[in-house]
Amino acid sequence: MLEPVSQPECGLVAEVVSCDVFAGRSRKEIEELEVYAGNRRRKLGDFFSVSGSAADSPEETRIVIAGSVERTKWIGRGMSAGEIVVEGSTGMYTGAWMKGGRIVVKGSVDSFAGMMMDGGELVVQGDAGDYLGCAYRGEWRGMRGGSIVVHGNAGSEAGHCLSGGRVTVKGRAESFAGVRMHSGLLVLGSAERRVGAQMTGGSIVVLAETELLPSFELIERVTSPEIEGVRFEGVFEVYAGDLAERNAKGRVYVKVE
Amino acid sequence: MKLVLKNGYVFDPINGIDGEKMDIFIEDGRIVEEVKGEAEVIDCSGMVVMPGGVEIHSHIAGGKVNTARLMRPEDHLRNVSPRTAITRSVCGYSTPSTFLTGYAYSKLGYTTAFTAALPPLMARHTHEELHDIPMLDKGALTVMGNNWLVMRYLSEGRIEHACAYVAWLLRATKGYAIKAVNPGGSEAWGWGRDVRSLSDRVPHFDITPREIISGLMEINERLSLPHSLHLHPNNLGRVGNVSTTLETLELTREVKPSRERQVLQLTHAQFHSYGGDSWRNFSSAAESIAEAVNSSDRLVLDMGQVVFGDTTTMTADGPMEYYLSSLTGLKWANKDIELETAPGVTPFVYSEKSPVSGVQWAIGLELALLVREPMKVMLTTDHPNGAPFFTYPKIIGWLMSARSRERVLNSLHPQAQRNTVLGSLDREYTFQEICWVTRAAQAKSLGLENKGHLGAGADADVAVYPVNPEETDPSREYEKVERAFSATAYTVKAGEVVVRNGEVVRVVSGRTLYVDARVDGELEREVLADVDYYFKRFYSVNLANYPVQEVYLTSPQAVKVDAGVR
Repeated sequence: MLEPVSQPECGLVAEVVSCDVFAGRSRKEIEELEVYAGNRRRKLGDFFSVSGSAADSPEETRIVIAGSVERTKWIGRGMSAGEIVVEGSTGMYTGAWMKGGRIVVKGSVDSFAGMMMDGGELVVQGDAGDYLGCAYRGEWRGMRGGSIVVHGNAGSEAGHCLSGGRVTVKGRAESFAGVRMHSGLLVLGSAERRVGAQMTGGSIVVLAETELLPSFELIERVTSPEIEGVRFEGVFEVYAGDLAERNAKGRVYVKVE
Repeated sequence: MKLVLKNGYVFDPINGIDGEKMDIFIEDGRIVEEVKGEAEVIDCSGMVVMPGGVEIHSHIAGGKVNTARLMRPEDHLRNVSPRTAITRSVCGYSTPSTFLTGYAYSKLGYTTAFTAALPPLMARHTHEELHDIPMLDKGALTVMGNNWLVMRYLSEGRIEHACAYVAWLLRATKGYAIKAVNPGGSEAWGWGRDVRSLSDRVPHFDITPREIISGLMEINERLSLPHSLHLHPNNLGRVGNVSTTLETLELTREVKPSRERQVLQLTHAQFHSYGGDSWRNFSSAAESIAEAVNSSDRLVLDMGQVVFGDTTTMTADGPMEYYLSSLTGLKWANKDIELETAPGVTPFVYSEKSPVSGVQWAIGLELALLVREPMKVMLTTDHPNGAPFFTYPKIIGWLMSARSRERVLNSLHPQAQRNTVLGSLDREYTFQEICWVTRAAQAKSLGLENKGHLGAGADADVAVYPVNPEETDPSREYEKVERAFSATAYTVKAGEVVVRNGEVVRVVSGRTLYVDARVDGELEREVLADVDYYFKRFYSVNLANYPVQEVYLTSPQAVKVDAGVR
């Protein structure tokens, strides 16, 4: 259990908050873990009061952050197993490069949550910032596996360069959801304009009417389709695109009834 | 400062020393016959001692290198390392930072590196970057194959004026040699075109690639420059480009060398040795290129080896980079260098599963194994085009072990196995041959008299590799050889130990070499009047701001040439 004591003025780089790192470490050792507040090297114990004990393996380790840590970044970076539960909200890059295990954020996450994810599960009960489940800056091969579920809304470019796995936004996604995506599944409760811009593959499901780019072509109308192994109830218009890209094989399913 | 490297197995092919157990004496930054009195002694027993490595063709500085860095932040996630008491924080793999470039080359035992392409207009920037590369002596190859004034003088048959201009340009850019990249093609790219044969005409210039290449070789020999023309021929990376390459190599028959060296370096030869007529029957044409080199004393080549993985391609061949990015669909940048050249940048992934990448991988090694004399071959990857230079130890392993090549070959696409001859080559390089292709041949080709060997008077640049040549069978123990060549036991730069057991222990700055060729003063004045006109009429910068002053170079060292051109 980590109880937030204070948060630095600028961001706290805390990639050590991960079941892989905590596993097999004593409370004292966990307090001593290195974090950066801006460019200053500090200890995790300076910002969190640590209680309980870690299990021997990451699989059996469960970390609870008992509060909101909106300026703490990189929680669960590269985590391969175990569970992190955040009682409040987190900063940027939550669950980036995650390979396995589960992160549940009861509040909201800031931008870049689930960036380059490879496996595991990220559940956000509030909202997500921009670039949910995106590729690293400059990278064209994005999230490859695992699943992200956001119960609230998401910012711009959710599922940017998505290359596998599943991203679900139950609320509304801002512009450019699924931009440059190559494969995988992106499900949106509703979406602002320009869904799937430059997509070359994979599927986007929008559960409400939305305005598509002119480079998407209506190809058919289907009822209760199974998409990437998931069944969706209702009547959907299926668009192919983004035809501005070479050999584009992407599909956007828009629910119309 | 005196140093003795004691009892190592010394490889120094230029001086005919092949693995002899002996001592190397160093005093005041030079190799000497012996040292008297107090000296630091380093025990090199059971280790390989070679001259410091010389890199002849590597994109380590310049406008497009920086463009590539900007374009590939994702590449900066690799090799991340914080600063230490003496080294700076570093990152990057195919686009490493300047500091990492210096440290990493030094760990590989390299002590000198030439950046492959310096566009004149980017010269100041390039030298600023070279200034930031520690550990190495440096030089730059000035790009001239699409230069308006060069093309104009050549098309008008004014060869003396062309010579005077080239000599001035080398001095103005503090360059070391003449480089030509897709001659005529990068200029044509300014009009959205390319040249596809030696006889195509360059738009708006009454000249062909053939005339530019022959002209530059003639200029090079008239000026008697230390290095030959350094040529990236037309049609790089195109299926069946071997015919263009062979036709280009033929042109050397008409050129008389002014020094004891080749008249042409065919650079990154792998990219120019392609047979077939479509990507479906893409094949190796290494045999015919190797044959051309074997039967001529005027040609050398560097490999341009491909290693599988993710890299960034960058060349002053704008149309080629555009073509490549249209094949891959990946991001692309183009730079227009006004009257001089047009580089491009795009990432590329060489995949073991791809038949094309497999053939490319085989071609580089085939060239190195089929060219009989190792002094005509240089190990390069055209960093980072075929692969980043970090992969050199792997390539050394492949050259020294047929077994290690076979292991890779067997994992490739059947088409790659079918369309290459690598599987039938059982030649394995010796340590002496490795010494040729990583330093001695480069020094010869560049005309660097004090580098690439360990004779008295040579620069005290030495690499000591932790491998015992008498107890190691590289053919079987190639992994051990690769490890040894990945991190020196000692790298000595200008008489100081700079790397010990693979760690940088001392940061030095190295020198920058450039060629100062002089021609007749009256001729130069006439040329400068033309230069002045071109600057006023076309360039976006003022002539006064163009030449790079020595102050921009780290410890500048001019190689003076009295060209005698009147």
